[in-house]
Amino acid sequence: MDWMKILAAVAGVMMLFYLWPAYKHWSQNSPEAKPGDWQAVIFALGAVILLILLLISVVQS
Amino acid sequence: MNQTNVSIARSPEQILSANKVLKNTYLLLSATLGFSALTAMISMGMNMPPMTYMIALIASMVLGIFVLPKTANSGTGIGVIFLITGLMGFGLGSVLSMYLALPKGPEIIATAFGGTGIIFLGLSGYALTSKRDFSFMGGFLFAGMMVLVIAMLANIFFEMPALSLAISAGVILVMSGFILFDTSRIARGEETNYIMATYGLYLSIFNIFISLLNLLTAFSGDD
Repeated sequence: MDWMKILAAVAGVMMLFYLWPAYKHWSQNSPEAKPGDWQAVIFALGAVILLILLLISVVQS
Repeated sequence: MNQTNVSIARSPEQILSANKVLKNTYLLLSATLGFSALTAMISMGMNMPPMTYMIALIASMVLGIFVLPKTANSGTGIGVIFLITGLMGFGLGSVLSMYLALPKGPEIIATAFGGTGIIFLGLSGYALTSKRDFSFMGGFLFAGMMVLVIAMLANIFFEMPALSLAISAGVILVMSGFILFDTSRIARGEETNYIMATYGLYLSIFNIFISLLNLLTAFSGDD
């Protein structure tokens, strides 16, 4: 349905307007990462990726 | 190299206050998730059409952007957050009905539900026990979110299955980052409003669940 696509697009644009001030604030005011901070994030997100791969193999079996 | 190390000590009152916000956030989060499950079941029982999802999502987005920030410091905020999460649950119910009709639908829903729970509890626990300040991720997370929204906008019209899967994978990673970011901000006393904190965590959980459903369905060969 075309009007559903238009509605979804309107919602997406609205979301962008909502996100823009938050993006500006955090890109200017985010504190610097300390040594080891990015490794901690990569470790956590790596675990999430492994879990998703495991879940995919569960539904495929 | 000139480097200034600033250490900010927190008073016992600040720590107590942060713990209170954390406790209230988890209590409200449990209640809103339970309420969403209830409205999702009502929606499934009523056999709502799939477009209900989009309408409920837009209505909850309008409430979340324009009403919730203005009411979050009063008792009305509790009613508004239940209205938002109830609406999102109601919309989700219509999507779940579609997934249930698939041969592996119930298994996919159960797996996505369990996976979302593990991701949330694991990341929240990690943010709390590691005691790291994950607020350095703020700029990256909001930039990532904007890129994903632009990709979603493009995919509304292009309808590319591969892009849809890439978006789902991206949403799961960005929302996982938001769980770390939000939890560390609450634990460090940087987020003092438990209603807004609940809203942030609820959105992350909701988006992870929906994206996981999409990914699991695609890879199970059921779509």
